[in-house]
Amino acid sequence: MGIETYAGKTPLMPYLDKIVNWGRKYSIWPVTFGLACCALEMMAAAASRWDISRFGSEVFRPSPRQSDLMIVAGTLTKKMAPMVKRIYDQMPEPKWVIAFGACACSGGIFKTYNVVQGVDQILPVDIYVPGCPPRPDALLAALVELQKKIDKESLLDRKDVRSSLDLEK
Amino acid sequence: MIVRLQEKFPASVLEVATFREEVTVTVPKEDIFEICKFLCSDPDLRFEFLTDLCGVDFFPRTPRFEVVYLLYSMKNNQRLRLKTRVGENESVSSVESIWKAANWLEREAYDLFGISFANHPDLRRILLWDGYEGHPLRKDFPVEGPDFDKPFNPEA
Repeated sequence: MGIETYAGKTPLMPYLDKIVNWGRKYSIWPVTFGLACCALEMMAAAASRWDISRFGSEVFRPSPRQSDLMIVAGTLTKKMAPMVKRIYDQMPEPKWVIAFGACACSGGIFKTYNVVQGVDQILPVDIYVPGCPPRPDALLAALVELQKKIDKESLLDRKDVRSSLDLEK
Repeated sequence: MIVRLQEKFPASVLEVATFREEVTVTVPKEDIFEICKFLCSDPDLRFEFLTDLCGVDFFPRTPRFEVVYLLYSMKNNQRLRLKTRVGENESVSSVESIWKAANWLEREAYDLFGISFANHPDLRRILLWDGYEGHPLRKDFPVEGPDFDKPFNPEA
């Protein structure tokens, strides 16, 4: 699919990686999605004082099908968990997850029967942001860390590309 | 008001307590429906507004639960707290046919305490998801839940 189809055949792979990663890391579109009070910090990060658009992520998409990043901002209850998992599953590859706030990282203060003790129980998390709630600066720092992480990725490392190229065998 | 109630149901008013002008009346659970109907429809009282309905768990005591009805009369600007005691595995008559507001409030009490309401039109869990086992606001329910240390799998 797409540019990845030719990835295994070209000797220019490192350069292709560089260009694709450059494009990806400066246009990480998050899905518009907040669970609790941490979402307000996420909104503040999108507003003019912190201005997430400086890092290319101002386009909060209301549809998971157009997003690259899921910022799980807030307490994830067990009743909400199937819906969150579903939104994540609807996002196209490549996709990343930031666990934003103490509740999303570990359940936070809610050591109770109805709260998922860390979203890493249902989603593969790339970056954890601690804090209750974390400041918007922390989200920007996480975004920069994520950009560094994307920069180190290779197209051939991604599972979806490997399966489309039959490199799995 | 209480005099009227005692006249109408002489055997039912078990206990009357007044604290800071808040009146609390304890009644047996068998008569709760008739008493509520009377309080709501009586032309002098007209407790037409059900402010809240909640359950209370007094765990070691028997009967274990208490259902509390907070009523308000807009005609007289009066409030009344009605209490009734319910044991485990017993049911109270639903007051949904008197106050529609009781529908969800009774579902909540059923969800979190496991108090069942007879003649309720739709007695399902309201806050927790279908298929959940246990009633979390009971005193003998562990806060972390029974399977806290196991990894969580959403059935999506």
